[in-house]
Amino acid sequence: MSILGNRVLRKEDPKFLTIGGTYVDDLPLEGAVHIVYVRSPMAHARIRSIDASEARAAAGVVAVYTADDIDLQPMPPGAPFANPAMARPWLAKDVVRFVGDMVAAVVAETREEAVDAAELVLVDYEPLTPVIDPATAEGAETLVHEAAQTNVALRIPEDLANVGMLPPESVGEPAGLFDGCDVVVEQKMMNQRVAPCPLEVRAAAAIWEGGRLTQWATSQVPHSVKAALVQLFGLEEDAVHAISPDVGGGFGAKTGGYPEELFVAWVARDLGRPARWVETRSESMLALGHGRAQIQEARLGGTKDGRLVAYALKVIQDSGAYPAFGAFLPFMTRTMLTGVYDIEKTAFSNVSVVTNTNPTVAYRGAGRPEAAAVLERMVDMFAAEIGMDPAEVRRRNMVGRDRFPFTTPTGTTYDVGDYQGSLERALEAAGYEALRDEQRRRRDEGGPVQLGIGLASYVEITNGLPGSEFGSVEVLDDGRARVRTGTSPHGQGHVTAWSQLVADQLGIPIEDVEVIHGDTDLVPRGMGTFGSKSLQSGGVAVYQAAEQVVEKAKRLAADLLEANPNDIELDKAAGRFHVAGTPSVARSWAELALASGDEGLSAEVDFTAPGATFPFGTHVVVAEVDTETGRVVLRRIVAVDDAGTMLNPLLVEGQVHGGLAQGVAQALMEEMCYDEQGNPVTANLADYAFVSAVELPSFETHPMETPTPLNPLGAKGIGESGTIGSTPAVQNAVCDALAHLGVRHVDMPTTPIRVWHAIEQARRVR
Amino acid sequence: MIPAAFDYLRVGSVDEAVAALGEHGDEAKLLAGGHSLLPLMKLRLATPAVLVDIGPIGELSYVRDGGDHVAIGAMTRHHDVHQDATILRDAPLLSTVAGKIGDPQVRHRGTIGGSIAHGDPASDLPGAVLALGGTMVVRGPGGEREIAASDFFVGFLETALAPNEVLTEIRVPKATGGHSYQKFVRRSQDWAIVGVAVARAGGRVGVSLVNVAATPVRAAAVEAALSDGAGAAEAAERAADGLEPSGDNNATPEYRRHLARVLTRRGLEEAGL
Amino acid sequence: MKVKMAVNGTEHERDVEPRTLLVFFLREQLGLTGTNVGCDTTSCGACTVLLDGESVKSCTLLAAQADGRAVTTIEGLATGEEMHPMQRAFREHHGLQCGYCTPGMVMAAVSLVNESPDLDERQVREGLEGNLCRCTGYHNIVAAVLDAARSAREGAW
Repeated sequence: MSILGNRVLRKEDPKFLTIGGTYVDDLPLEGAVHIVYVRSPMAHARIRSIDASEARAAAGVVAVYTADDIDLQPMPPGAPFANPAMARPWLAKDVVRFVGDMVAAVVAETREEAVDAAELVLVDYEPLTPVIDPATAEGAETLVHEAAQTNVALRIPEDLANVGMLPPESVGEPAGLFDGCDVVVEQKMMNQRVAPCPLEVRAAAAIWEGGRLTQWATSQVPHSVKAALVQLFGLEEDAVHAISPDVGGGFGAKTGGYPEELFVAWVARDLGRPARWVETRSESMLALGHGRAQIQEARLGGTKDGRLVAYALKVIQDSGAYPAFGAFLPFMTRTMLTGVYDIEKTAFSNVSVVTNTNPTVAYRGAGRPEAAAVLERMVDMFAAEIGMDPAEVRRRNMVGRDRFPFTTPTGTTYDVGDYQGSLERALEAAGYEALRDEQRRRRDEGGPVQLGIGLASYVEITNGLPGSEFGSVEVLDDGRARVRTGTSPHGQGHVTAWSQLVADQLGIPIEDVEVIHGDTDLVPRGMGTFGSKSLQSGGVAVYQAAEQVVEKAKRLAADLLEANPNDIELDKAAGRFHVAGTPSVARSWAELALASGDEGLSAEVDFTAPGATFPFGTHVVVAEVDTETGRVVLRRIVAVDDAGTMLNPLLVEGQVHGGLAQGVAQALMEEMCYDEQGNPVTANLADYAFVSAVELPSFETHPMETPTPLNPLGAKGIGESGTIGSTPAVQNAVCDALAHLGVRHVDMPTTPIRVWHAIEQARRVR
Repeated sequence: MIPAAFDYLRVGSVDEAVAALGEHGDEAKLLAGGHSLLPLMKLRLATPAVLVDIGPIGELSYVRDGGDHVAIGAMTRHHDVHQDATILRDAPLLSTVAGKIGDPQVRHRGTIGGSIAHGDPASDLPGAVLALGGTMVVRGPGGEREIAASDFFVGFLETALAPNEVLTEIRVPKATGGHSYQKFVRRSQDWAIVGVAVARAGGRVGVSLVNVAATPVRAAAVEAALSDGAGAAEAAERAADGLEPSGDNNATPEYRRHLARVLTRRGLEEAGL
Repeated sequence: MKVKMAVNGTEHERDVEPRTLLVFFLREQLGLTGTNVGCDTTSCGACTVLLDGESVKSCTLLAAQADGRAVTTIEGLATGEEMHPMQRAFREHHGLQCGYCTPGMVMAAVSLVNESPDLDERQVREGLEGNLCRCTGYHNIVAAVLDAARSAREGAW
């Protein structure tokens, strides 16, 4: 009986539940100095002067650094192909470009002293006009980066077509795009800026010992941290040891090398002392990368009988002040442009602009939620326009299950899918017809609380970036197994999941499987964990390494038992190898490991997936809208998600739940707001509407499994699916609840005031 | 996250607290539950040089049946106000309101006196005490005095408490004729975007509004309409009369006025009108 | 100034600045790093501990305010090797992922159930309104607490 596919409880949990994890701020670091960054309170200003004299003289202060004190080259943009003149200085030199931009680093013996001294750093700013609205950034007179001579960081597809990454036909809109359409619906909408808000904010610590650097960081990608430090200091590979200890959530925002983190190593070297930095939450709200922030203009055309014919999407991506990965994400939006539908004619264009705000980065879904949100909203609007049930419009246009692999107009090849299956499953689970009946009844009754039913069908791309993932399995002399993985889990449960894979292959109990991750001294290479890629890359690598270990063990057993390796069987239940037919003459894993001598009994695999995989699903949300106040209450969230074969359904559910919560929160309540001067308005967890348990119902999840042919586990990645489908499902539910009042569209987040305004506006028109 | 440094005094009686305030003047702040003050200090929006911890003053934590009123010691925690049998019976509005403040952890520490003395118009209890027509009992160097709720909340974070006075007791007339607290929030633990408190005692209806002005305010026009015989819906139309609420990230002034009307109607209905 | 308190059953006395918050006292003076700091506006609850058995946000108490009192942190919940029913329930229901909110969540839940073990789903969600989690979507946490509450009603605590 295989352990794969079982709801195995997590091995990780006892520690977290009894003594807690060991996060960066928990690490005992004898004699470490504390760093506090002085940040700009202005969105755009010239620095006239910085007076750190009082700070330097303050109690416990060891050093204060400003740009003049450091000789580091600005970091190039974190977005591929972005304008290289938009580099990011380590500490602001002449200009600050967003509220939160780092101006100085105060280093003291204690955290308290560093915080006190930071207040004493006097910076004289000369205000400059801020560029805040991405809609007008391209044409704005003020430049965020003088040297760039433009506020445009990147154009997609143009800049990618110029380097041959996209075909020339991808540029511009084909003539007659909407020919043959009886109906074209147009809408401009916001996919608003949000704050990832992992419960653990960022922290880093560094110590140099004998020319060797050890760096701890709250990072999803420890090997990338190591590479960045190797490059920064011009060191040999083995002179840097990067560790991600327990990390309290990342969601994509902890994948970039932030200057705050890397500078800790510089301080530690300069002072010859270990150094630690831990941001505050308020600081994190300002300066941990934000997510989403797309202005979208969509046109969707089709026939009266519900065939979608053409779709055009124009995007303005807000990159923030220094283009980071967020500036590149519209490429992912374009990749998933047509979603689950067979839409023949498309056009896409994006301009990523810089503004005097915090840089945008990957955030759960990273470009794909943006694609699904606008498309699913447009499909509902199209359905309303032609008077057809939105489920039926979806049904009629979904790529059929016999059409895979399916290549979309934007050149994306989907591996396998059953979109109609997910739709029917979700509608049935939700009781769609009964819900529509209830909606009709309530509309007839005309009471203040109305019902809305929102659908969203999605497909998304996981493991889409090039690269391989490392996995190794070794059997030790005591019969235990040791796994090293290049993935870097921070809540996903890889220790349990990879233990399952090894236990399944080797017949070593999962509690006897050790999984090592997040340490570059102990794991030679790795991509880290992001983009829902780990199981289908790192998990497969571990699985294949385990297979190879079994083969090696068989050969070893054959030698010892003087038999042919083909006649050797592994009795997994007993964890022993024997000659077929003679089970009593056997060798255990421990015996074989001992017998393997210096060579050891192990295997390493670098697994490169043949391509990306495409999880999909359909979400149905039932919302109640109080039309007197605009308040939205979510009554039901039904989620059908298919990410291929499920290794551990318990973990899969957990990922879906977390994704649903974040997706729902974006639609319903979360928004990272700046005022016109570029001051953050939602700059802490009291003001930012981080969703709590009260606003969410329990989820109704219905997993489907359509295995992918692209890896031996049949697995795609589930981590972001919940987020991608739920956001438009909620938004569609709210709009659906108000449709009979003449409301056509409500932007996200569908806060009470926004909903109420939409109702009032529609009332005035009627 | 780290407050600015301060000196700390612990006192065991109200008189000691009054003396300490007198000695340190406006450099000193009282520390009760700390859930209004410490959050401000952690963000360094408040930097008192001296904190006078009145936590140990156990005799300020009580609920007494005063015949025609309920007397509540200023150090009584929200959790206890919420659950107290006398309050539930004789001034249930206070129980309902106290149960909606913040979250359970906050309610285990925050005190009614601390909340009232802090004078935040977005806080729940000031509005409730105002609707009940309560009285604050206050002690200073010259002795005790009583301040009616309608005179107590003077401005934004400003009360009629002198810098060297300590709020010792909150008295509310009994009100058992029906009540409601309509707290409109984005998220359960949040401050009210707008709140409406309703309390009925005999023929009298007290209605107050939370977070629509610099202080909690009585909806005088609504009360007048009700005593003129108007029903809930009609009276509630007057809820925004004379109001010039501010706008913020959650609401425009117009939306606050609208909510005031809707929530007043719902509050009156829930209170049985 | 000196503060003295019982933490997980053991008396501790330390000399601290008055401004030392209880959460930093526990983490830095006593090395009990299970309790975490997740925000600076008393919003997230990651710092929740029990003060004389009642849940409080230790980031919004001065260590001085816990002087002479008894504090229970996550490290003090299990009995030797045996996990508390709430800890067990969290594990059985997969109520944690990254673990950062978990100690505070568990302590808040213990206090909630201790005050009233007769809880329905709505009451659990409202009882946890002061504890934010980004990973789990709360679903499994609610299931865990309901399960633990049931076992409390049956006298297992």
